[in-house]
Amino acid sequence: MASPLPTRDDTIFAPASGLGRAAVALVRISGPAAGTALDALAGGRPEPRRLSLRPLRDPATQAVLDQAVIVWLPGPGTATGEDMAELHLHGGVAVRTAILRALSRVPGCRPAEAGAFSRRAFLNGRIDLTEAEGIADLIDAETEAQRVQALRQLDGALGRQVAAWRETGIELLAQAEAALDFSDEGDVDDDGLDAILNQKARNLHDAIRAALADGQRGERLREGFCVVLAGAPNAGKSTLLNALSGRDAAIVSEIPGTTRDAIEVRCDLGGLPVVLVDTAGLRETEDRIEAEGVNRTRRRMESADLILHLVPMGDRPDRQAVSGAPTLVVQTKADLAAGVEPQGLAISAVTGAGLDALLDAIQAAAEASLGHGDALITRERHREALTRAAQHLERLITAPSGFPPELLAEDLRLAVRALGEVGGHVGVEEMLDRLFAGFCIGK
Amino acid sequence: MSFSSSSYDVIVVGGGHAGVEAAAAAARVGARTALVTHRAATIGAMSCNPAIGGLGKGHLVREVDALDGLMGRVADAAGIQFRLLNRRKGPAVRGPRTQADRALYAAAMQRAVAETPGLTVIEGEAEDLVVAEGRVAGAILTDGRTLTAAAVVITTGTFLRGLIHIGERQIPAGRVGEGPAVGLAQTLDRHGFRLGRLKTGTPARLDGRTIDWASLEMQHADEDPVPFSTLTERITTPQIACGITRTTQATHDLIRANLHRSPMYSGGISSRGPRYCPSIEDKVVRFGDREGHQIFLEPEGLDDPTVYPNGISTALPEEVQAGIIASIPGLERTRILRPGYAIEYDYVDPRELDATLQTKRLPGLFLAGQINGTTGYEEAAGQGLVAGLNAARLAGGSELAVFDRAESYLGVMIDDLVTHGVSEPYRMFTSRSEYRLSLRVDNADERLTPRGATLGCVGAARATHFATSQTALAESRARLDSLSLTPNEAAAHGLALNRDGLRRSAFQLLSYPEIGWERLSAIWPELASASPRVAERLRTDATYAVYLDRQQADIAAFRRDEAVRLPPSLDYWSIAGLSNEMRAKLDGVRPGTLGQAARIEGVTPAALTLLAAHARRSRTSVTA
Repeated sequence: MASPLPTRDDTIFAPASGLGRAAVALVRISGPAAGTALDALAGGRPEPRRLSLRPLRDPATQAVLDQAVIVWLPGPGTATGEDMAELHLHGGVAVRTAILRALSRVPGCRPAEAGAFSRRAFLNGRIDLTEAEGIADLIDAETEAQRVQALRQLDGALGRQVAAWRETGIELLAQAEAALDFSDEGDVDDDGLDAILNQKARNLHDAIRAALADGQRGERLREGFCVVLAGAPNAGKSTLLNALSGRDAAIVSEIPGTTRDAIEVRCDLGGLPVVLVDTAGLRETEDRIEAEGVNRTRRRMESADLILHLVPMGDRPDRQAVSGAPTLVVQTKADLAAGVEPQGLAISAVTGAGLDALLDAIQAAAEASLGHGDALITRERHREALTRAAQHLERLITAPSGFPPELLAEDLRLAVRALGEVGGHVGVEEMLDRLFAGFCIGK
Repeated sequence: MSFSSSSYDVIVVGGGHAGVEAAAAAARVGARTALVTHRAATIGAMSCNPAIGGLGKGHLVREVDALDGLMGRVADAAGIQFRLLNRRKGPAVRGPRTQADRALYAAAMQRAVAETPGLTVIEGEAEDLVVAEGRVAGAILTDGRTLTAAAVVITTGTFLRGLIHIGERQIPAGRVGEGPAVGLAQTLDRHGFRLGRLKTGTPARLDGRTIDWASLEMQHADEDPVPFSTLTERITTPQIACGITRTTQATHDLIRANLHRSPMYSGGISSRGPRYCPSIEDKVVRFGDREGHQIFLEPEGLDDPTVYPNGISTALPEEVQAGIIASIPGLERTRILRPGYAIEYDYVDPRELDATLQTKRLPGLFLAGQINGTTGYEEAAGQGLVAGLNAARLAGGSELAVFDRAESYLGVMIDDLVTHGVSEPYRMFTSRSEYRLSLRVDNADERLTPRGATLGCVGAARATHFATSQTALAESRARLDSLSLTPNEAAAHGLALNRDGLRRSAFQLLSYPEIGWERLSAIWPELASASPRVAERLRTDATYAVYLDRQQADIAAFRRDEAVRLPPSLDYWSIAGLSNEMRAKLDGVRPGTLGQAARIEGVTPAALTLLAAHARRSRTSVTA
């Protein structure tokens, strides 16, 4: 059976710096054979955690490949939790290629796949789930705004906030449980507990709801602001896409991956990630393949953040055909319709007229939607768990007075559990620790 | 062999609360069972607090009863102050409790043991185990007798290398006046069991004839005592009241001045005691700002002047204890019959056990009760029953039984023990159960009696009684579901409902806080014939209905993970991708299922993913 999981205790290596020319190139090695790799290339392991200058040789020919600064980092106190080594090479493609080739000949070593270092760090408990997801986003970060957000998450902004909420939840749960499990104790007095719980639970609920009411900015920053180009066949969609992606203002970061029904271009508008989607033309058709294309276009429009409805100048827009998201009507082929008074935004992909104004309009819409503020929640998994937590708290605070206390505790417990899911932990013992610290239990 | 050798199916060592349930359960399953105890006269003794049940603990008693165990029936015979705790709160958190007359309790328990067919009581002290071919094959007594059996259950409580502390004095003992068990501790050591040390304590016993009862607030028994056992019709033992008093500033000053003489603070004891049962020294140190700490003065029996002052367990020197007692209102002239003490004892890390309570290290050996790091009679009884049941099934060649967390507090307790181990004596709380709303004292029989019948530990009398009560319940429930009315019809009966035109069944109406059974009976007279117990039970089901439906989904998810078995032979050190830390954690517990692995502290989702993949692969390769 095929498994996506690592099946061998192998050692991975990869260049940790970018692919271009630079003064220094860093290669990282992680795994049980990291030390062996140093033995093979550098003739031994230097004192741990100390920079040392060593000649690196090809293990097969003993030819010197580079004079490099190397570091030996025995596990488990390393970034991945495994033995690690770092090679600081002189910049340049030839040197790096030679070193990587030499490393791949060390028994047990293989080039790392994308994300392998952070996965190991996660598996070895060096980082928690939100941090691992943050690193993946950082590697994927295409724009400045995405990078900042990824850094925030890596730093544990979400993790810390949720941990604080969870602390509050555990505190409340301890009070509720004390009244249930130790009501026969002299020190436990549950008079007025409902009111205290209710007020504190309300504050907690409101804080979580406020974080959730961010217009899903975090996820959209991660996935990009989605602009769908729609309109009748030959309205000029593909021409516009090409023209837009060729502008200096739109830094295209990804070569279009052509699919049968839609073409996407990811670009950076003023630091914000924007995805432009070209779609099949909208028209009634008997052709089944084309009809499927039109259906897909409709679905893309529904999930879009902004629709550009392209209408050749002089034609009347079919407003009914285009719906599902905020829509901007763009009159195309302005160069062919000299003399016609443009209504609203008019462009010519051929002359370039109006394109800057259109980009400004898209950027304005993206800014309005993504904003410049901090977004805490960037993953659907987190949003789902936080929404559940808020729902349980909501039931608690809207319960009529005299509601059974064990049902209030049940909702609190489920809310705490949902909060714990974001960071991946739960535990009765934590609640009991809190309870015994706060109440003198034991008659 | 020079001495006599007798052969049994199951040997139970220890005649405390775990031991009697283990022996009786094994015998009910049909095993020829020997109960080895120092003295038959101490069977059923209550070494500490003379009470049974309480919050969380009451659940365990009801579950023991549902499996036809002894504790519930015996407590019903001996109870002298029945109180249903949390009566004003919901049924899921109610806890039946009673003070017990110590003498009546021991007598009723000894009678129950004597009446159990196939159960032989042997007076003696077990010194060692017979081990053959890596399995337990019997026990050797100090007098040289050898008893052979296919399975042995050890339930030695606090006796393993027990050491009593009173101030600076140390006395090797299992409990007051009885010697410690050293031989068995050495046996367990020799076989490589991980042993730890815990402590617990007990207060001084007072002469009730010298207490100024007239000056004290009194707490009375419930007017309508609720029995533990479904087989008990009603409570006939006379009910008494307890006194309530408090420690004073003078008490606290005296304790602070003598703290250095308490073994917990002088360094005489370093092992951990239970947080929920702290000594009065601990209370004063940790919560010194409190004005006074409550004390319940609990008579130990109807004809016994001994009083148990609940709340002031201590290991201070005797003369300091005298001063403490004299500083408490109502006890100024009270005579101490026996000083309080702390006791340290060996326990076996319960992660040595699997969920059947059999040790992983030595097949055929089962452990139950305080030896597993728990505290409390009820916790001991529950484990004893499961261990005895499984010992008998092992002897009989049947598959062993596991009770899971979604089914019983027994399952919660055992899973907690074998998964997490203990860092203090383990006590049951309702908050330990994630399915608390489903696992109630009022449905323990429904959850467990049919299972017990299948496993062979439920006798004919209980099976019949259960079938009858289930029929009555089902009939009433069907009637509730069949009756309904519209908001308009309800208004005619004086019930204000939302005018939404929807018909509501009588069962749905019962979930409204203001609508009780009597109200419904007024509308539909055919409901009036239901017994109060059935009415109460259906009311609970209706109140919790929405939550119970959701809990069912949680339980289904829980059981999916429980269904993924991890082979006992699994070599965690050979699973690639697992960190050494994860390997050590998993190898320390050797979880039986993926679900149990997930409950081990610190095991990450990533490690579980690897385990799940591994379990799937190994199953595939087994079937291939």
